[in-house]
Amino acid sequence: MEGGPSGRIREGDCAVLKRDEVFKAVLVLRRRKIIFEKQWFYLDNAIGHIYGTTFEVTSGGNLQPKQEVEETTTETKEAGTDNRNIVDDGKSQKLTHDDIKALKDKGIKGQEIVQQLIENSTTFRDKTEFAQDKYIKKKKKKYEAVITIVKPSTRILSTMYYAREPGKINHLRYDTLAQMLTLGNVHAGNKMIVMETCAGLVLGAVMERMGGYGSIIQMYPGGGPVRAATSCFGFPKPFFDNLHEFPLSEVQSLLSGTFTTDTLPADPEENALLEEESNGLSEEKQSSLQETEEEPATEAPMEISPTEEQDTMDINTEDVEFKGSKEKENKENVREKQIKQWERRKKLQEAAALLREKNADGLIVASKFHPTPLLLSLLEFVAPSRPFVVYCQYKEPLLECYTKLRERGGVINLKLSETWLRNYQVLPDRSHPKLTMSGGGGYLLSGITVVLEKGKSDSSDSEALKMEEPSCKRCKLQDLPC
Amino acid sequence: MSFVEYGDTIKDGDTAIVFLGHESMFPVKVQHGTVTQTKYGVIRHSTDLIGKKYGSKVTCSKGGWVFILHPTPELWTMNLPHRTQILYSTDISIITMMLELKPGSIVCESGTGSGSLSHALIRTVAPTGHLYTVEFHQQRAEKAREEFREHGVEHLVTVINQDVCKNGFGVSNIADAVFLDIPSPWEAIGHAKSALKAEGGRICSFSPCIEQVQRTCLAMEEYGFTEINTLEILLRVYNVRTISLQIPDLGKAAEDNSSTGTVQFKSGVPLREVVGHTGYLTFATKSLV
Repeated sequence: MEGGPSGRIREGDCAVLKRDEVFKAVLVLRRRKIIFEKQWFYLDNAIGHIYGTTFEVTSGGNLQPKQEVEETTTETKEAGTDNRNIVDDGKSQKLTHDDIKALKDKGIKGQEIVQQLIENSTTFRDKTEFAQDKYIKKKKKKYEAVITIVKPSTRILSTMYYAREPGKINHLRYDTLAQMLTLGNVHAGNKMIVMETCAGLVLGAVMERMGGYGSIIQMYPGGGPVRAATSCFGFPKPFFDNLHEFPLSEVQSLLSGTFTTDTLPADPEENALLEEESNGLSEEKQSSLQETEEEPATEAPMEISPTEEQDTMDINTEDVEFKGSKEKENKENVREKQIKQWERRKKLQEAAALLREKNADGLIVASKFHPTPLLLSLLEFVAPSRPFVVYCQYKEPLLECYTKLRERGGVINLKLSETWLRNYQVLPDRSHPKLTMSGGGGYLLSGITVVLEKGKSDSSDSEALKMEEPSCKRCKLQDLPC
Repeated sequence: MSFVEYGDTIKDGDTAIVFLGHESMFPVKVQHGTVTQTKYGVIRHSTDLIGKKYGSKVTCSKGGWVFILHPTPELWTMNLPHRTQILYSTDISIITMMLELKPGSIVCESGTGSGSLSHALIRTVAPTGHLYTVEFHQQRAEKAREEFREHGVEHLVTVINQDVCKNGFGVSNIADAVFLDIPSPWEAIGHAKSALKAEGGRICSFSPCIEQVQRTCLAMEEYGFTEINTLEILLRVYNVRTISLQIPDLGKAAEDNSSTGTVQFKSGVPLREVVGHTGYLTFATKSLV
């Protein structure tokens, strides 16, 4: 995960822009205009600086490393004690909107604008010290545009997604994601099964914790896995060597032993997959193609089933109609397509083989789907004495899932939980919980697999119930996990 | 078995978790010829445990049975012998993520205490990272060393027996993250800063009282830490219950069947009493010089 020997910003890096509490993930490219928090600029000047550097946006959209500033309000500190004489007449600020705009247009530093605003505020000196502080902070936030460029991490990306696009990650709050990684005992060397529809954020979090050691099988719905968020992590290429994917729609056939790669999802979906991947993993894809360029030329035709050959033919003729003269290019396209299909087939067979061993070290589910059928099927692939965690935005589906898992047996220590997160303002004499807090970050159902006794699941279930139910009542406060 | 690597079968010398039922379990050191007493009867290690698969059901002498589980830091946290107050998995989870720990990270921790957090940190930074943990209580430091040895993780951790507030972490310029769980963390912020890498890193301090947080935040600011952020995380556990509510008799006509009987539904019922506070977690970033 190193972004260079000393963690310097390089062209092509995935980086995150930070302004106060707002984040935005970007690809560092030269001469590309970035718009962030109503400001536009280029990242060219940031290249070569160490991650964590704070920049100021100057005229022309250039970034300049921020100099350490001496405290601005060093002049005579004058402050009121209360606000009994402060009247809101809307005239306390002597600068008009147009004045401020003029200052900005002149390219005057934000720091100076703030100073001017203070000087032209008739009530500033009557405000209490705390109120003055608050006023300055507010104005600084608005006029002093400083941007820090930081390295992506689960902490930053999960905070960013929860704030910017909670809908894309099923409202999975970052503290809930943190619980999942711990409850799932995600660590280097594991063989994990991940089923998520959280834009690839959960996958990325699991990959970060595994550090390239072990393997991950991502189960995906539809035409291919979504990894938009995964690509924001900027993982090194080797991290993708042991990342596999397997279509959910083939789980049943895999479990019943009828799975073959002939029943691959149809072509259009396949293209969707490739497109999806090329968003973030274009580099990796290309290099893997280069490596196998020679082999598939001989092997690919053997692998391709008649139906698919038909498909490629169709496209071929279509192409001929549209751009008849470019036959050579068409052949290239067909060959490339065949290579891609062959590649994908091989990866799919690898994933299927890994799943068939039924010895995964854990299962992580965080999706928009009902969790019960996912759990009942995917747990089949997990070894005994391994943790599993299911996320759901709503509590009710997890209640049902809990009941169904108890009926199935083969799981113990089932726990339905939620975390509450409270942020604090800590300042001398002004400490208190932050005024707003998140209403909800979803629910988790977790447990541990055990050896499932075949055919006796009913009796073992009733035993398990007998075993677990009464002791609930004995719960003492000090026994609670907290 | 080890706390950082799954194994399939139970071996001599392993630490295994005996699971008796909901929230009722204990750790056991597996040894040839040893027996363990449970309320369901005796477990003979040589015949009942060694060679069996983790996750197996083991029948005890009185006919009752238990499950034998592979150890994890989370199970260890729930079962370890307390020498101090410990951190639980809810706090540990957010600490691990907010400190950006992953395989290869170098972490400093103080105090070691009962080693609850230590095991989780080691799990996360293995196989290429390292934990430097400082404990000023000699006996506790010794005990922690012994446990790390037993759990097969001694190569990933160094236990240092000294006062972190006076002598620091015993390392400098190498840590990606520092964690403090001591009564006066503000006295260790300077040492934390020098333990962290020159290019920066993350810090977390755990304190039960807001006055401690206050002083810690001031110290962090003084030493140039940025992104100072204090939060608190609380776990809510729900029991899954089938509830039936009676329909009240409002004297409606007899043909209305619903006027008597009950309505049943599933509910997630919060526990009657829950942990309302463990501690405040203050995070910050050591910025560039």
